[in-house]
Amino acid sequence: MSDNLLRLINVSKEYSGNKVLKDINLELKKGQIHALIGENGAGKSTLMNILFGMSVIHTTGGFEGSIEIEGKTAEIKSPHDAMDYGIGMVHQEFMLIPGFTIMENIKLNREITKPNIVSRIFGKRLETLDIKRMNEDTRKALDVLDMSIEEYVQVAGLPVGHMQFIEIAREIDKTGLKILVFDEPTAVLAETEAANLLKAIKKLAGQGIGILFISHRLDEVVEVADVVTVLRDGELVATKNIKDTNKYEIAQLMVGRSITIDREEGRNRNIVDETILEIKDLHVAMPGERVKGVDIKVKKGEIVGIGGLAGQGKLGIANGIMGIFPAQGEVIFKGKKLPLNDPKSVIKSGIAFVSEDRRGVGLLLDESIEANIAFTAMQINDDFLKNFGPIKLKDSAKIRDHANKMIKDLDIRCTSSLQRVGSLSGGNQQKVCIARALTLNPELLLVSEPTRGIDIGAKKLVLDLLKQLNNEGMTIIMTSSELAELRSICDRILIICEGKVEGELPPDAPDAEFGLMMSGSANGRSEGREA
Amino acid sequence: MVEVKRKKNTFNDIVNKIGFPTIFIGGFWILLLIAGGALGISVITLLSDTIKRAGMNGILVLAMVPSIQSGTGPNFALPVGIVCGLFALVCSIEFGFTGWAWLFVAIAFAIPLAAFVGYLYGRLLNAVKGSEMTIATYTGFSIVAAMCLAWLMIPFKSPNMGWFIGKGLRETIQLDAIGGAQILSNFLRFSLFAEEGLIAVNSDTGIIIPTGMLLLFLICCVIVWLYFRSKSGIAISAGGINPKFAQSSGINIDRCRIKANVLSTILAAIGIIVYSQGYGYAQLYSAPLMMAFAAVAAVLIGGASAQRAKVSHVIIGVLIYQGLFTTALPVANQMFEGTDLSEILRMIIQNGIILYALTKVKGGDN
Repeated sequence: MSDNLLRLINVSKEYSGNKVLKDINLELKKGQIHALIGENGAGKSTLMNILFGMSVIHTTGGFEGSIEIEGKTAEIKSPHDAMDYGIGMVHQEFMLIPGFTIMENIKLNREITKPNIVSRIFGKRLETLDIKRMNEDTRKALDVLDMSIEEYVQVAGLPVGHMQFIEIAREIDKTGLKILVFDEPTAVLAETEAANLLKAIKKLAGQGIGILFISHRLDEVVEVADVVTVLRDGELVATKNIKDTNKYEIAQLMVGRSITIDREEGRNRNIVDETILEIKDLHVAMPGERVKGVDIKVKKGEIVGIGGLAGQGKLGIANGIMGIFPAQGEVIFKGKKLPLNDPKSVIKSGIAFVSEDRRGVGLLLDESIEANIAFTAMQINDDFLKNFGPIKLKDSAKIRDHANKMIKDLDIRCTSSLQRVGSLSGGNQQKVCIARALTLNPELLLVSEPTRGIDIGAKKLVLDLLKQLNNEGMTIIMTSSELAELRSICDRILIICEGKVEGELPPDAPDAEFGLMMSGSANGRSEGREA
Repeated sequence: MVEVKRKKNTFNDIVNKIGFPTIFIGGFWILLLIAGGALGISVITLLSDTIKRAGMNGILVLAMVPSIQSGTGPNFALPVGIVCGLFALVCSIEFGFTGWAWLFVAIAFAIPLAAFVGYLYGRLLNAVKGSEMTIATYTGFSIVAAMCLAWLMIPFKSPNMGWFIGKGLRETIQLDAIGGAQILSNFLRFSLFAEEGLIAVNSDTGIIIPTGMLLLFLICCVIVWLYFRSKSGIAISAGGINPKFAQSSGINIDRCRIKANVLSTILAAIGIIVYSQGYGYAQLYSAPLMMAFAAVAAVLIGGASAQRAKVSHVIIGVLIYQGLFTTALPVANQMFEGTDLSEILRMIIQNGIILYALTKVKGGDN
């Protein structure tokens, strides 16, 4: 009993009627490393937000279930409460002040002070800093992590690996730290740095601190964790001792869905053995979705799926081709080299794009449906314009006719083509985005996250529409976080991991193959299996 | 009960549609008009002055539309265009033009000059994305200061403009000396409710309609309205509402912003020429310093926001704003004799409205 540090009992959470966590039970013992694993949207962050008493949880109606710390029910209402209970967190992105020294960063807002004359009159806030004792404390914390670096060095300019350790040292330095949460700590680290970090995590566990370790790198999980819990769609799928399981099984648990994949085969495919698009060593500087050199070939008439976890770079590919984010490399479309970083020429050459950021990039929310549909074609192809000498005015009648045709063809539910796009439902907004792309008569359609944020019925309609377009001869590259939908319509699926193509799978490959590839351990697996 | 509730809703709808500030200020103007009538001030004179001042300021206010639509915010750098217009105006005098020729040459010269300067100003705005309004304000101030030197040093010889002693141009140049005062305002001028009859030509009583000036204002309005229905204008608007959307549709946003500010600067230049002829004097030196603020306040009162503006906002705004101040002055003087409350009132309302509108700006283009 006494070594039971943390227990989550039947924790559930709803966001406006949408269950994102269902009856999660989790136990963490002293000195144990507990890995939490799951796809994006599986509920990992929500669970951590509950544990830290983040305000998002409490402003949306709190959660059900209870949290026990060392056998006693804990009321965590704010991050400050969480700190008092001895819960610490090492963040994915570093929260350090570059101009401060290591010691100052570690001791920020927890400074050790001694009284002086001024502070005796004006209060504690003006006490003198006890630099010596703070340095000693910092040294101790750094020593725990085997860091030989001096505590008076400025943080600016240190390698990322060091910054990660300073974050950890800050948490260790807090008195009474019992539980430490690592949120994808190795995501930004190089291999040797990651190895050092894992060593440090083991050492901390050896000192009796309970560790919650969120990661999607299965190799690491198997190496470092004692217990693994797999979340999927807000449900706890399994909790297993690491000894009793292997990477392959974890990957299967992570991906495997109860939803059946309805894939109709035998439709009249007309894939021609002609490469329509060839991408060579494409690098895209899209923040949070960096692409670090991909090579892809797409045949005419194919539907190619691009999958992978969030932040791995899958979204960067389409954005890079379209020139929305700075790109480098070579893209050859229909035998001609496409100019990069020039959206206008790319659209002109016959490629259309439906953005993953529907409300931010895809639509003018305050404008009418017809204005949205006609806009790009008007600007790029000079459609829907009447010429008055040198002046080109919009041809409202033509726009209206075309918009009404699109509304009918794509079954956009609206009161009229003049309705504000912002007032449409998500699925209908998505159709407007697709209608805008189709108005350009593209040969190649890039679609990113076409079903994000729309309900199940609308999802099916959108996917059917893509299939139908493909049957009519359009080549489609679909990027999606939802493996199931990629598998339902794509001819083949490329999995992107850490900005590179990890591998290619047919849509009917087993779940575990997808899971392993998404967590970047596909190669490790085959070795592991043979051994 | 239900019926009452529904009525209230429609009232709220109307308020939302027109905008609370517009209704409030408009209502205040009407109240002042009634008060003025009760105090024995001629309402006809007040209305006449309102129309005259609205016509004089209209194009200056119209200059706000392109810059707001392009996403660079209200054109606080209006003085940039104004000094271009003034420069063209004095050049036209220097070259010896008078009457209509003076007006046409001034406008014809002002347009290319303002286009060039507006282009440079647009380049500047593209370099300081995110803080356009602050930069614009200081650009306006700086150019007025720089031109103060220029006015002094220009080697113009025309006796109509020089100081009587020494070099440089006068602060105020009388335009009737060259036959330019009210030349446009008096074109096809007529009066409503004049002493001579309901509609009278060549009367100085009643509500005087400066037809020529209003016509030019309306022509400019139609041009701007049409422009924002053209390919180029639609691209500018889209870039202003959602830069990412425009960019993903292959639009060069920077070029759109430059185009919009060129148009705005040209309108400001034409605007000040029209203003000067209506006023009868061209005011140099520090006179343009604060003109942007009145124009910004007018378009905002008309219902525009710092991100969206229509030609209709300009027409409504300039009428209400100028109406308010032509009315407030005599009424306040009548009520508080010997004080200058009206000017204080003007500053409070003008700057209050700008402040109100700027608090509604949603942060940046994120």
